[in-house]
Amino acid sequence: MENSKKQLISPDAADQFFKITTAVCALLAAVVMFGFFIQLFWSSIPAIKEFGLDFLTSSEWDPVKNLYGAMPAIAGTLVTTAIAVVIAVPLSFIVAMFLVETAPPALSHTLSHAIDLLAAIPSIIYGMWGLFIFVPFMQDHVQPFLANTLHLKIIPLFAGEYNGFGFLTSGIILAVMILPFICAVMRDVFRMVPPVLKESAFGAGATSWEVTLDITMRYGARGLLGAIFLGLGRAVGETMAVLFVIGNVQKMPTSLYQAGTTISATLANNFAEAQGVFRSALFELGLILLVISFLIQVLAQFWLNRVSRQMGEK
Amino acid sequence: MNWFKKTAGLSIVAGLTAVSGFCAETINGAGASFPEPVYRVWTYNFQKATGTRINYQSVGSGAGINQIKSKTVDFGATDNPLKLEELEKDGLMQFPMLMGGVVIVVNVPGVEINQLKLDGETVGNIFLGNIKNWNDQAIAKLNPELKLPDLPVTVVHRSDSSGTTWIFTDYLTKVSADWKKDVGCDKSVKWPVGIGGQKNPGVCNNVQKVKGSIGYVEYTYALESKLPTVMLKNRDGNFVKPEISTFQAAGANADWQNAPAFYMELNDQPGKDSWPITGATFILIYKNQENKAKAEAMLKYFKWCFTEGAQSATNLKYVPIPENVFNLVKSAWDKSVVADGKPVNYKSEE
Repeated sequence: MENSKKQLISPDAADQFFKITTAVCALLAAVVMFGFFIQLFWSSIPAIKEFGLDFLTSSEWDPVKNLYGAMPAIAGTLVTTAIAVVIAVPLSFIVAMFLVETAPPALSHTLSHAIDLLAAIPSIIYGMWGLFIFVPFMQDHVQPFLANTLHLKIIPLFAGEYNGFGFLTSGIILAVMILPFICAVMRDVFRMVPPVLKESAFGAGATSWEVTLDITMRYGARGLLGAIFLGLGRAVGETMAVLFVIGNVQKMPTSLYQAGTTISATLANNFAEAQGVFRSALFELGLILLVISFLIQVLAQFWLNRVSRQMGEK
Repeated sequence: MNWFKKTAGLSIVAGLTAVSGFCAETINGAGASFPEPVYRVWTYNFQKATGTRINYQSVGSGAGINQIKSKTVDFGATDNPLKLEELEKDGLMQFPMLMGGVVIVVNVPGVEINQLKLDGETVGNIFLGNIKNWNDQAIAKLNPELKLPDLPVTVVHRSDSSGTTWIFTDYLTKVSADWKKDVGCDKSVKWPVGIGGQKNPGVCNNVQKVKGSIGYVEYTYALESKLPTVMLKNRDGNFVKPEISTFQAAGANADWQNAPAFYMELNDQPGKDSWPITGATFILIYKNQENKAKAEAMLKYFKWCFTEGAQSATNLKYVPIPENVFNLVKSAWDKSVVADGKPVNYKSEE
């Protein structure tokens, strides 16, 4: 019995079978990716026909007249993402540096776990916390402090009425959300720097700051950039946390205090009941979001290659 | 343990009735989320009483209309009525199932429940962004006895597409010429000012969080959140409180008799006690029913809702359809709903 089985499937055929199976599984990922693009494009054709390129530049959003423009949602997505990255990147850098360079091992261990746990919190929890705790806190303390105590209201960015909702609040919550991801990667990057390099720099009389700046950052530039792009990619598409605190109005951002919207929040708000051109316009928004995420990926790859080439030359 | 036994028993009974093919009809419906609390109680009680299973998914009015048109459900439910021509095109018929009120809630320090008085024009100007502060002359003139603070107005509206928004913007279109010109009426509109909240609870939350805010929600949600409601001036010039009796008054004054396909906007109805922002929620079914047994079970269910179910609707602060209107609905069924070429018999008790 056993003999005949062995003859049935020759080692060659088994090898071939294994090869094909793995190839199909790998191809599936590419097929799904292309499928998304094609499906989204197909569903957005009516909107593309109706609005053309104006869709990208128009800030009109009038369901009664069936006129839609993507500009406020695109701008809102970029603004909230920018705020999040501007806050989260330096903070993650400092935290990661502390964990690797200065913290006692026990504390470093505990804090690392705490930061990893922060990454495990579902985004809906951030949204609920944002709405119930953070929005009133922003309205009562942070926004008046920035506008009146620091007199920042003379800058248009901080001008206007405030009620706790809006771009600044969303950006800060996004920053808290992406911080653990960026921080975890940066921590690993810092750890990978060979101790010999750092010790020789210290030996040559460099300060901690100089060692970080000239040795650690240089050595780990690729990883650090990767960390930033990882956070960026996450912030661009985040839906639930933003939905609760952004204010959900289709308006171009003029002040950080103003309520607005993002692409994913617009989709979440409107998909359930959308019909006809409205539905198609939402699909086109989805396509735009996919393209933005895709561009971030491409840009990240491009940049990483450039950085590694430069390092190699040196 | 007791609970477990009960549930187990119930499911066995339900399973048996389903298998026996005795009253095994399952009827599927989908649509409006505003009447969903009542529909849930109705379907549960009806199944307990008769064994007929009704599945209702509250997916929103727009989705409900889509689903009945694509025949994936047996009945659709919507908060904004369809016009006769649109119904005719698809061979559908429409009838009202429930009525309810949309109310205005505010968060202004010093303003208690039903203290603030507003009229249609002022509400329109607030939601248009023309009135920017609570100490505005237009509001002060209507409320000489109230001391209103120097506080910016924050408008809170729905961020999702909603039948509630349709009812509210239909009201504004009727009472404010500027609103009609600049914005109009739909399930979601181009809001001139304000911030958006997800569904009724989202609007309540935002109003609770933001000092100086004003929003609109279904009456039940205002009661639950304990937010101060506002008195409104109705068509007859009286200031009325939002409550079941004023919603009923608005419903009673509606002229259903002369409404083709029961197309009815209950906003801004005449009558001294009528609440000006009242809406009905509607059911859509096909005139030509393909399955006779199913059609009978479905109409029996609706008849049961109008009669036995009225009390549970009132308990949940909704307004049941009055008997004279139900009689109109019944004659419409007799006239237009057919299965196998014959009128559907929903009267006989088996």
